[in-house]
Amino acid sequence: MFEALSHLALQQYWWIIISVLGGALVFLMFVQGGQTLIYQVGKEKDERTMLINALGRKWEFTFTTLVTFGGAFFASFPLFYSTSFGGAYWAWMVLLFAFIIQAVSYEFRSRPGNVFGARTYETFLFINGLIGTFLLGIVVASFFTGSQFSLNDMNEMNWHSPARGLELLLNVHNLTLGIAVFFLARTLGLLYFLNSIEDENIEKRIRKQLWYNAIPFLVLFLTFIIWLMFRDGYALNPETGEIFMQDNKYFLNLIQMPVVLILFLSAVVLVLYGIFISLFKKSSAGIWFTGSGSFLAVFSLFLVAGFNNTAFYPSTIDIQSSLTIMKASSSHFTLTVMSYVSLMVPFVAAYIWFTWRAINKNKINKDELTSGESHFY
Amino acid sequence: MLENIDFTLVNWSRGQFALTAMFHWLFVPLTLGLAYIMAYMETMYVKTGDPEWKRITKFWMKLFGINFAIGVATGIILEFEFGTNWSNYSWFVGDIFGAPLAIEGIMAFFLESTFIAVMFFGWDKVSKRFHLTATWLTAIGASLSAVWILVANAWMQNPVGTFFNPETARNEMTSFWDVFLSETAVNKFVHTITSGFVFAAIFVIGVSSWYLIKNREHLLAKRSIVIAAVFGLISSFVLIGTGDSSAKEIVKTQPMKFAAMEALYEGQSNAPLVAFGILGEETDHKNLNAESEADFLFKIEIPSMLSWLAYGDPDRYVAGIKDLIQGNEEQGILSYKEKIIRGYKAQQALRALKDAQKSDPNGKEATALKAKFRDPEFIENNVQYFGYGNFYHPDPEQIEKNAFTMVPPISMTFYAFHIMVMLGGLFMALFAVFLFLVLRNQLHNKKWLLWAAVWTIPLAYIAQQSGWIVAEVGRQPWVIQDLMPTMKAVTQIDVESVMTTFFLFAVVFIGLFIAEAKIMIKQIKVGPKKKEDPNNV
Ligand code: HDD
Ligand code: HEM
Ligand code: HEM
Repeated sequence: MFEALSHLALQQYWWIIISVLGGALVFLMFVQGGQTLIYQVGKEKDERTMLINALGRKWEFTFTTLVTFGGAFFASFPLFYSTSFGGAYWAWMVLLFAFIIQAVSYEFRSRPGNVFGARTYETFLFINGLIGTFLLGIVVASFFTGSQFSLNDMNEMNWHSPARGLELLLNVHNLTLGIAVFFLARTLGLLYFLNSIEDENIEKRIRKQLWYNAIPFLVLFLTFIIWLMFRDGYALNPETGEIFMQDNKYFLNLIQMPVVLILFLSAVVLVLYGIFISLFKKSSAGIWFTGSGSFLAVFSLFLVAGFNNTAFYPSTIDIQSSLTIMKASSSHFTLTVMSYVSLMVPFVAAYIWFTWRAINKNKINKDELTSGESHFY
Repeated sequence: MLENIDFTLVNWSRGQFALTAMFHWLFVPLTLGLAYIMAYMETMYVKTGDPEWKRITKFWMKLFGINFAIGVATGIILEFEFGTNWSNYSWFVGDIFGAPLAIEGIMAFFLESTFIAVMFFGWDKVSKRFHLTATWLTAIGASLSAVWILVANAWMQNPVGTFFNPETARNEMTSFWDVFLSETAVNKFVHTITSGFVFAAIFVIGVSSWYLIKNREHLLAKRSIVIAAVFGLISSFVLIGTGDSSAKEIVKTQPMKFAAMEALYEGQSNAPLVAFGILGEETDHKNLNAESEADFLFKIEIPSMLSWLAYGDPDRYVAGIKDLIQGNEEQGILSYKEKIIRGYKAQQALRALKDAQKSDPNGKEATALKAKFRDPEFIENNVQYFGYGNFYHPDPEQIEKNAFTMVPPISMTFYAFHIMVMLGGLFMALFAVFLFLVLRNQLHNKKWLLWAAVWTIPLAYIAQQSGWIVAEVGRQPWVIQDLMPTMKAVTQIDVESVMTTFFLFAVVFIGLFIAEAKIMIKQIKVGPKKKEDPNNV
């Protein structure tokens, strides 16, 4: 059935999948956010153990989503893969280091003989939470602000900044989104704890912390969006294939794609509602609203970056090298094959949902720590 | 053309990839095999209801978890390294190579990571049967992770099911099934996965033997040894069988690798197999030339065995390193020099096309050149040797010299191969002996044998690493056989950056490895949960 679709339709389909994975990744970053809050929310050893275990049964999902996000990008838009990873070398390398140290920390933290001591692994988790969210935000922001690269006629990349990706940190707009994602992850982390742990003291501290994290997030995110609406963007002339600067390109994208606009606005409402009921209504269901809201927000931002004849990975120094979904994509054949594979995604989502429920049926509490049946980090 | 290459950069990038891949491979084989051993043990528990089986299962699961975590940590970096360090490669092959990686994520990693959570956290939350299913799915998920990455690797060794698209300057997939089911891919998968099974079986036998030496955990040790020895023995047969078929297939697809595996300089009929050999210094000299000869200080040969191994026919001619470089008309072998010239023509045609397109994208000249890349004859005679073109030089004598540099490190490939094969035989014998003795209940008083099993664990690591050295070092100078040399694949970046990340990886991985090893040993010393102590799970 996919064979019949045009190359463009497949490219769009795959951009949607990338956007879904991007959205899911940011939502799942609640694990990273939570990791930066262990000492602020947990004051005693038992409390911290509960927090770490609440996160410990979910970290693999975030990690695997990141891996799949990378793989899917490689398969569907290989030119992005070769340009961005090879070019912004240091940005990606630092990000990856932050994930290497995370992967062992849960399992090793409480094991006897772990050489470096529990505190080290907790520090690893903190670093992962801080760098992982912040740098991801920076890189996503560069989808709008652009990077300094050029491609030759064999599509070989040349990166013009000697800082190899670290120069992205010098851009205020990138920083705004980076820090916003950090606070978003912390907000989501708090809401997740609220939902999965049963403990009065912890709950009190969470609700207090929520103020300190939700507000900076909202302010920074709003700043980023307002700036995005006003800035010019990298547009593609579909007739000539040329890239040119267009005023208010991203604002126009939202207006010209009303579905995306609606998605984006509902995202904002959901995020706010989730935070609201957690702050004022003592509800523990906030994660579902704010979570799905952040998913939708990121999803629609990705669509704004890539759809409607926009270059999703712009080059600031050689504008014609900018990547559009048409230019960066795999062949029709590969996208077709991959589209069949994508039919597995709903099935994967279903079993994840099913097992998530089975494991989270009961909230974590102090009794469980001593029951002795389950695995503990 | 070789003059423009920064070989320090290429070598550091290679070093970094080798370092990270080899670290990953320290942990993967155990995951692959132990998962099935655990799943089988848990099945026994569910079937018999005997709590001892549950205790045994949980013990091995704990070791599995420790090993798994670091396997994941080392894997993520590999995936992204294709982009970060082999950027040109990623573009050149992204259309084919990306797909298996993505499928792996969607199909295998999620399966594994979802059900591993159930396996560890679900004991008191889900039903016994659901838990057992989760354990089996974890094992299957691990094997599926291996399928896809090995398909990708096999394609690098033997690029099939694709054509070169001059428009985009990359290879594009034409048949998914050709890529997925190529002989190389099937051999590679079965051989590698069974090598993981053998590895895990040795690990389980080694650890159990240690308990017997220390006179503890008799029941656990014996049950584990029976299961592991049977599992290991069956897997050994398949392992050796597919090792043999891999070799047969390499003769066809990567003859240079095969010649290096045997340090065979001159081709011959009734070629003997070097069962054991020590190479002299001369063998690996960097200035290989027409006069070079294999330099064995010592060797034991089996007459005609190599011809038999390669073709199933003791009389057949096996090509040597020099035949391949200089060509051998009698045997229908094209010289490297000829291949370089032919590949260079393909590269020139591509260059001409790009230039023609600049003045007129759809002009006559561009159209004609584009059609050329669809012409079966041009593909067969030139595009097939595309990568050789990188070794071109206007001076024909220099081409010949360049051809002699296109040989993988011979002694490394030779030793790695021989070590792997010898250890394969040893492991099989070990499984047979242990199975025999444990069933006759005569194992516990054979201390020396038990110690031997403990010390076989490091040998299993060596066998594993050697296998990959044969595969990866043996294919040099290619990153994609005949199409792309390693030096062209690399990301253009300052070499200091790569050196820095190399050392960062080395430090981080060594640190984590030490922690992992200590935790593992500590857990083994602590042993399984005591029956009366509910806290020690
Ligand atoms: C326990 C480990 C182990 C053992 C005992 C063996 N192998 Fe192996 N071998 C591997 C583990 C391995 C591996 C690590 O899984 C490799 C690396 C790449 C691959 O495909 O599998 C491999 C590769 C590999 C290759 C190269 C494949 C390539 O270049 O693509 C050949 C020709 C053989 N093996 C042949 C054998 C033979 C004839 C054996 C006879 C006993 C044998 N192996 C035992
Ligand atoms: C199946 C997945 C694998 C793929 C796709 C793969 C791919 C690559 C690539 C792209 C390179 C760098 C280019 C080059 O030097 O030619 C490389 C080099 C290397 N890889 Fe692999 N690799 C895989 C698995 C492994 C494993 C598991 C090991 C080790 C245990 C390994 C060992 C090496 C070594 C030693 C080198 C350096 C060879 C040299 O440069 O001389 N590879 N591999
Ligand atoms: C160079 C190529 C390779 C890449 C890019 C790669 C990538 C990865 C990644 C990203 C992970 C973490 C997955 C997660 O999030 O759970 C992983 C783990 C794993 N990989 Fe690899 N891998 C490579 C080589 C191999 C090979 C050759 C095999 C098997 C034959 C293999 C088998 C596994 C398995 C079983 C796991 C599960 C975790 C473990 O125990 O190590 N990988 N790999």
